Amino acid sequence: MSLWQKHAIFEKNSIILVIGILVVIAIGGLVEIVPLFYLKNTIEKVDGMRPYTPLELAGRDIYVREGCYLCHSQMIRPLRDEVERYGHYSLAAESMYDRPFQWGSKRTGPDLARVGGKYSDDWHRDHMREPRSVVPGSVMPAYGFLEQTDLDYAHIDQNLKVQAMLGVPYTKEDIENAQKDVVTQATADSPDAGDLAKRYPKVNVRDFDGNPKRITEADALIAYLQVLGTFVDFKLYDDKANIR
Amino acid sequence: MANALAPTKRMTIGEGGTAIAFVVLAFVTIVIAAKAYTPGYAFHAYLFCAASVATVFAILNRYFDRPAELAPLTVNGKPNYYMGPVKFASIAAMAWGVAGFSVGLYIALELAYPGLNLGLQWIEFGRLRPLHTSAVIFAFGGNVLIASSFYVVQRTCRARLAGDIAPWFVVLGYNFFIVIAGTGYLLGITQSKEYAEPEWYADLWLTVVWVTYFLVFLATVMRRTEPHIYVANWFYLAFIITIAVLHLGNNAAVPVSIFSPKSYIVWSGVQDAMVQWWYGHNAVGFFLTAGFLAIMYYFIPKRADRPVYSYRLSIIHFWALIFIYIWAGPHHLHYTALPDWAQTLGMTFSIILWMPSWGGMINGIMTLSGAWDKLRTDPVLRMMVVSVAFYGMSTFEGPMMSVKIVNSLSHYTDWTIGHVHSGALGWVGYISFGALYCLVPWLWNRKLYSLKLVNWHFWISTIGIVLYITAMWVSGILQGLMWRAYTSLGFLEYSFVETVEAMHPFYVIRALGGFLFLVGALLMAFNLWKTVTSAEEAAPEGAVLVPAE
Repeated sequence: MSLWQKHAIFEKNSIILVIGILVVIAIGGLVEIVPLFYLKNTIEKVDGMRPYTPLELAGRDIYVREGCYLCHSQMIRPLRDEVERYGHYSLAAESMYDRPFQWGSKRTGPDLARVGGKYSDDWHRDHMREPRSVVPGSVMPAYGFLEQTDLDYAHIDQNLKVQAMLGVPYTKEDIENAQKDVVTQATADSPDAGDLAKRYPKVNVRDFDGNPKRITEADALIAYLQVLGTFVDFKLYDDKANIR
Repeated sequence: MANALAPTKRMTIGEGGTAIAFVVLAFVTIVIAAKAYTPGYAFHAYLFCAASVATVFAILNRYFDRPAELAPLTVNGKPNYYMGPVKFASIAAMAWGVAGFSVGLYIALELAYPGLNLGLQWIEFGRLRPLHTSAVIFAFGGNVLIASSFYVVQRTCRARLAGDIAPWFVVLGYNFFIVIAGTGYLLGITQSKEYAEPEWYADLWLTVVWVTYFLVFLATVMRRTEPHIYVANWFYLAFIITIAVLHLGNNAAVPVSIFSPKSYIVWSGVQDAMVQWWYGHNAVGFFLTAGFLAIMYYFIPKRADRPVYSYRLSIIHFWALIFIYIWAGPHHLHYTALPDWAQTLGMTFSIILWMPSWGGMINGIMTLSGAWDKLRTDPVLRMMVVSVAFYGMSTFEGPMMSVKIVNSLSHYTDWTIGHVHSGALGWVGYISFGALYCLVPWLWNRKLYSLKLVNWHFWISTIGIVLYITAMWVSGILQGLMWRAYTSLGFLEYSFVETVEAMHPFYVIRALGGFLFLVGALLMAFNLWKTVTSAEEAAPEGAVLVPAE
């Protein structure tokens, strides 16, 4: 009996065919995915990574909502031109709190992994309002509605709670103060800024969209963009330390 | 007394159970609608509620109208095929196709002329782009797959589709998922995971529909009166099973609240990236490839009236393809923070994947042995054969682009978009059009309205595809080279926006290509519509058996 005839067992028994398919498709995925959860050198040990503040997280959720990743990557590859154009190549650790990851797959616009601190808040606001007012050749849509929409942060503590449940190191205090933290961070010279900075080092506390009367979606999004890629201090980062 | 002999009408467990389940769903969703955190989510909850109520009424209505006995499995010894759901999915495919291509054209124009975004949040590129990809992949492609799989499994097993309500639940439930997903994108409800954008509740709904789909398909295979399971059904099974596994793995998320559309995915960062592209690449591999290969294995032999070229090749093709495809995901993450070992594995298997892909292409094209003359006379067959040729082309291009050094240039550029569209427009589009041009006349027992129009469709859309992919090759390679260009002094030569401005002419050409493809699809929709509504029945043909209903 040749091997070809033995294949009849799959052709005559639907359940055996189903099991065969399941086994064959399981192997590749298991080999490629499972080790990423236990190989220690998958995510580098670095100083400076912290969870997003509630305002930054709300901004990130807007980034996710608007599908920004469809045109902007957040992943600088270790290639000469990219490192010169955007900065130090991205580390796995830098997106360890990102749910979902937003590395992207297309650069219709530039990479944003290290856009934090590169432009002023006003530039970002003008750019959202009308991209071609600051970058004449841009093909980005205008996002003027963001600065006209009040940020909905009534339930932001629940967002933090779910993230904490999934392993993001938010403390009980962070979750309890989530709503208050939003207001604190979006208010210039807020008296609570010190407490916020204790829990979220390097936090930017100011009015981001130039309208101190309201906390808008633009406030949140700009707060998020302004911390992108700023957590790890690459003057101190030792890229040999993680080689095993 | 005579009445006592007639069978008494009873509600089946399927009818009763489904009705009760939908009553419960209607109550749950109305409560959610009332307490929803966002208006978009409330709108979806109301949609769920309205659909549930409509379903309960439809089930009861159908029960009161139907005869006491359910439709028999066979009539006069011949299988009593169940084609209602197949007809619905065929029409839905055509409608979604036109919608999806139109949105694609619009976003292509938005990239060329950004003013078209109009500053309206609902039609910004970022929200319309997932609408386009989901409409063409899941709405158009998905309905083609459901329609063709339910048709093929019945014909090749010589058995009536399993279930009474279940096949309708699959077809209608799937299209309802599309409505929820699509309106969600416009309202800003998305996970922003590429090709897996729908939020947690849409994913849950799809899971129920998909498991039902699997059970209906498998139960029909088990009911077969043929001893062997035909090769097309292996591919359909692999597609259904693998998509279920991928969907569950990639969408594992925890909702912020049952009253919120927002959820957070359980994976994060680099692991999420790997899981996403394990899903994403195999959405290509199993949704857009294995499923449509099943169509190739049924419709090309049927249309050419020739047996499949090689039975042994189809065995190798099947197992090699489904084993190797799963590994290819990391080639979407070359040079990223994903560990090198995973990138190398992904690249290696992507190159190996070239072989089974071309094995399948050879098996499809060589099926025409002895019937090559039909390419001149039958534009439907020509369309399907050209689709397999496009399959060969893009499955060569794919492994090439997965080589890291090539990928360092092509990644993040339009070259990827061009590659996807040579597969999507050429392979998936044409094999689907071919299948629909076969299926609609068979289902309605009509003659195809006009072969001449098929010919026009073929040539117009082929020119469209050529314009599209060549424009994207040039813009992709040009942009990749501009990004890495240095001046003689060692500075980067171009600012980013200069590379964006250089894309403009190619974006215009691409939109023109997409427009031609849409024109072709409109010709097809008209042709199929005239076919269905024509009064003339098809002349009985020897080889083609007409369905029983």
